[in-house]
Amino acid sequence: MKHAPLTRAALLVYGILVLVVLYVPVAAIAFASFSKARYLSFPIRRYTTEWYERAFDSSTVPELVSTSLKVAFAVAVISVVIGFFGALAFARYRWRFRGLFQKLVLLPIFFPQAVLGLAILMWFNALGIVPTWQTAIVAHLTWIAPIATLIIAIRAYGFDPALEEAARDLGAGTWQVLREVTLPLLWPGIVSAGLFAFLLSWGNFPLSLFTTGADSTLPEWLYAKMVSGYSPLVPSVGVMTVLVSIVLIAGGFAFVWGSRRRRG
Amino acid sequence: MDRTEERQGLLSALPVALVLAAIFLAPLLVVALFAFMPPGSFGLAHAPTLENFRLFFAQGYYSSLLWSLGMAAAATIVLFLVCYPLAYGMAKVFRSFTLVITLLVVMSLFVSENIRLFGWVLTLMKGGLLSGYLKAWTGLEMDSALYSVPVIVFGLVYSYLPFMLFPLAQGIAMVPEDVRLAASDLGASRTRILWEIDLPLAMPGIVVGSLLSFVLSAGAMAESKLLGGQTVVVMADEIESAFTYGQNWPLGSALAVILILIIGLLATVALAKVDLDGIMGRRR
Repeated sequence: MKHAPLTRAALLVYGILVLVVLYVPVAAIAFASFSKARYLSFPIRRYTTEWYERAFDSSTVPELVSTSLKVAFAVAVISVVIGFFGALAFARYRWRFRGLFQKLVLLPIFFPQAVLGLAILMWFNALGIVPTWQTAIVAHLTWIAPIATLIIAIRAYGFDPALEEAARDLGAGTWQVLREVTLPLLWPGIVSAGLFAFLLSWGNFPLSLFTTGADSTLPEWLYAKMVSGYSPLVPSVGVMTVLVSIVLIAGGFAFVWGSRRRRG
Repeated sequence: MDRTEERQGLLSALPVALVLAAIFLAPLLVVALFAFMPPGSFGLAHAPTLENFRLFFAQGYYSSLLWSLGMAAAATIVLFLVCYPLAYGMAKVFRSFTLVITLLVVMSLFVSENIRLFGWVLTLMKGGLLSGYLKAWTGLEMDSALYSVPVIVFGLVYSYLPFMLFPLAQGIAMVPEDVRLAASDLGASRTRILWEIDLPLAMPGIVVGSLLSFVLSAGAMAESKLLGGQTVVVMADEIESAFTYGQNWPLGSALAVILILIIGLLATVALAKVDLDGIMGRRR
């Protein structure tokens, strides 16, 4: 249906407006991170990069970064590996319990994450496991592995099963089909699922809250500082976590773009 | 349905299914069992009791539940109204701008929810970005916009916008263009096309988007804590404090079970009505 230019323009302006609102708080934090005052108030009178230097010099921040990185890396790798097979069962193969399996995968996504974290804490307690950053990996997986599965499944829905059948008819074994046909076809989905998993784990707070024990991730530390009175380190550390995400996303894009060019 | 495919399906489902059984279903079972233990106990070796569920009514925890569900409903309605025009634009009107919106909205998800909500605190507080510069530039005094129910709903709308926007856009994209054209040729007005073609045919997307927004809002805690201060105590907050300050695992479990049952019931009813394969883009 044709759309009047006025409708188009109005929708375009509306879209830009929504995007601006979406990024207002990020901009506010970036702005606040350069304020010299110990007790932040706007308008900012004197600017400084002191808080960034302090964050780098402190002993806690690098430790938080390394914990968060370890957790996110493990979550991404495990999610992608089990999500790859899960996606095939979700979207590609027709088998008896597919409907049930799809519901099992979707269910955790609908769950309140803080409640999930508490449930896992009780489960570990019942098993006699003391929570550390390793248990946080498990907690993140309950929510992030299903999301990784879904992302790869979307890709798996889009490919033609005839390609696999052709390979099989030409004499390829099960593993060879998987390695040489299925895996390359799903590759873009796998890369974005890995990126999603990493970033969602990197920024996750409600699942970490009860499951890291004495260890702490970056979002947990930030939250603790936010509710227990203002610290001028909160905006600067917050901005740095956002920067890490941006670098990773840019890297992911470069990778996808590069692999597309290589294939011509 | 051939045998190899049957076996391959089962085998490839196994890793995810086992992991989820061990770290999702088993913990939920523990919570369900704890809900029937006497208040204040820390083990499962007691005679089951309904005491915790009595406390839910006797100590007014239901008002927290009602606040959670009420604000979630409000947020879902606002989200639908806010997202529909944009989702329509993404599905039917914009071309490359759809990609820009998708990328920027997805990227905002990667900034920790905490950080984004704290950004709103800095923006809306007294002497914050908004009131500070308003005063400096125009001399107008503005009170803090924080610590009220509407601002919590705003926080929910803000946090869960992507979860309404994308399913909605996907749903609207599923409305065949020739059906709309036919209706238009036969003289249907824009409003009539919206009510009788767009909305019914986009229903799977509307259902999934509303379900996600409602469920995530109903279980949310950070919005009411950071933006709402002490205005209302939501259900997830009650559950957390029963576990932490209260050291009352059975009570916390019972509250969690109540919340989970409501959410699970909604999700099951809603998902039964939706063709998942269709909305995720199956080609066959």
